[in-house]
Amino acid sequence: MKTLVWVEHDGKVVKDATLAVVTAASKLGDVHLLVAGSGVDAVAAEAAKIAGVGKVHVADDAAYAHALAENVAPLVVSLMGDHDAFLVPATSNGKNIAPRVAALLDVMQISDILSVESEDTFTRPIYAGNAIATVQTKDAKKVISVRGTAFEKAATSGGSGTIEAVASTGEKGLSTYVGSEIAKSERPELTSAKIIVSGGRALQNSENFHSIIEPLADKLGAGVGASRAAVDAGYVPNDYQVGQTGKIVAPEVYIAIGISGAIQHLAGMKDSKTIIAINKDEDAPIFQVADIGLVGDLFKIVPELTEKL
Amino acid sequence: MKVLVPVKRVLDYNVKPRVKADGTGVDLANVKMSMNPFDEIAVEEAIRLKDKGVTEIVVVSIGEQKAQETLRTALAMGADRAILIVSEEKVEPLGVAKLLAKIVEEEKPDLVILGKQAIDDDNNQTGQMLAGLLGVGQATFASKVELASDSVTVTREVDGGSETEKLSLPAIITTDLRLNEPRYASLPNIMKAKSKPLAQKTPADYGVDVSPRLTTLKVVEPAKRTAGVKVADVDELVAKLKAMGVAK
Ligand SMILES: Cc1cc2nc3c(=O)[nH]c(=O)nc-3n(C[C@H](O)[C@H](O)[C@H](O)COP(=O)(O)OP(=O)(O)OC[C@H]3O[C@@H](n4cnc5c(N)ncnc54)[C@H](O)[C@@H]3O)c2cc1C
Ligand SMILES: Nc1ncnc2c1ncn2[C@@H]1O[C@H](COP(=O)(O)O)[C@@H](O)[C@H]1O
Repeated sequence: MKTLVWVEHDGKVVKDATLAVVTAASKLGDVHLLVAGSGVDAVAAEAAKIAGVGKVHVADDAAYAHALAENVAPLVVSLMGDHDAFLVPATSNGKNIAPRVAALLDVMQISDILSVESEDTFTRPIYAGNAIATVQTKDAKKVISVRGTAFEKAATSGGSGTIEAVASTGEKGLSTYVGSEIAKSERPELTSAKIIVSGGRALQNSENFHSIIEPLADKLGAGVGASRAAVDAGYVPNDYQVGQTGKIVAPEVYIAIGISGAIQHLAGMKDSKTIIAINKDEDAPIFQVADIGLVGDLFKIVPELTEKL
Repeated sequence: MKVLVPVKRVLDYNVKPRVKADGTGVDLANVKMSMNPFDEIAVEEAIRLKDKGVTEIVVVSIGEQKAQETLRTALAMGADRAILIVSEEKVEPLGVAKLLAKIVEEEKPDLVILGKQAIDDDNNQTGQMLAGLLGVGQATFASKVELASDSVTVTREVDGGSETEKLSLPAIITTDLRLNEPRYASLPNIMKAKSKPLAQKTPADYGVDVSPRLTTLKVVEPAKRTAGVKVADVDELVAKLKAMGVAK
């Protein structure tokens, strides 16, 4: 089987999420990559070095500069004559593009896979991860999004892919990119952080979140996450949200502070290796999944913890 | 302007899903069902656009007869008219998107607002598929919608922050959590909704083949985590962190 993996990048470097997809794709067959963007020679060269990669298709055109699904999907379709499966990371861009491709190919997408059982059979979470379904597809071509935390990352070196330019399918004129506000942070990205410190509604306001959660994260070199309640209340930006409808994370250590542990939150972090919870309510559901729990007032505990580390 | 809002009936988000012992799926017998939360947000957004030139809101659901309740809820919130496409079998996102494409051809809405994902199967596909089938623009994960006479500007929640796109109409939007806070229907509006029109159709009426492409072989519970230990104080926690090598 020949697979085509959509390479997520920021115009300069390949994003980590792509590496887990390469691993998933390699379980199906040969791995080819698609680098679409504007001025992406460096990205293509980097992608060609990923271990196990064959061809790297490069589509360099302004139409692909912002990964607009309306432009990228026809490009993917133009390459699917030669490929049997199209795979994307289950990131916001991946989720935006892949179903459009699936519809154009008249196939059912398999979302957020956790494992490859065979060429046509996969496991995936449903009901916020409260159930795991094993699904088999009848479609000849497969369109798949891959949960990044479920697969090892392919090595970023050792590969010797061959770079091949492909023709642009052009600007479709259906949508225009206006702008973006991407938060710049020195901290590790949530989806690749080894340690995550997460805060919930209990933090009460943005000042507390910054003065209590962040120093602890800094001490541990950790990424910072949040519950939906903390995001909705405006303590932190939306991309901090961990959960069913936020980011799915699985760090070595996840520290949940003042988070109750609603199923939608657990859906995003319960595959973390070690979960530590700090909550003043000893019956909070978060303690049912926590490896280490500390009952008490976070406003006392967390500064003391930061101090003693 | 006309807006179409597809709404799905799903297990209420407050109910803990239980996997059936025979491994065929999640038990939906005698549990509370509600409108998919993202679809409530979609209905709410459509209603708010009524001040901005929207004159009619049509809601549509594909599912069993009981999905009528979900449509009545949307009508009580403020939608004008409903269509139920009855299918006792589960219809996958591709089939749903094909049916919606037919309705769009018939109704010619300027905007279709869907939820970003249904919280039962967590697919996150239907809106993007519909946009692909129709060959129109799509703005997924919307946190802000600004409607003009021939275009819509949408702010989207993406990894790392937000992104803004402008689409020409007709266009497809899928909602994210922070787009708005859906209203509760008032009692008088619930009464009024009972007499709003609700048309019943079948997939065959639209000539769409909705036979599934995926077969669910089994559904199991995820590996369970067990509760660990409680530590008494910060010193004990620090000791644990040190033992794990997390702290020096
Ligand atoms: C469709 C849908 C999708 C959702 N998706 C997500 C998602 O992706 N991610 C997500 O997180 N949520 C999500 N939610 C929301 C979820 O249901 C919960 O409402 C949310 O996770 C609660 O956040 P919280 O734990 O911070 O707040 P709360 O539930 O209010 O919990 C606060 C906790 O802090 C504790 N506390 C208070 N004061 C202190 C103190 N001084 N010291 C120590 N502890 C204290 C309390 O005991 C309590 O346990 C979703 C909901 C819906 C309907
Ligand atoms: N059976 C259905 N009936 C009506 N709308 C649906 C149905 N299935 C999905 N949708 C719409 O598509 C969105 C995304 O669903 P999904 O792609 O299944 O995660 C939902 O939020 C609904 O707006």
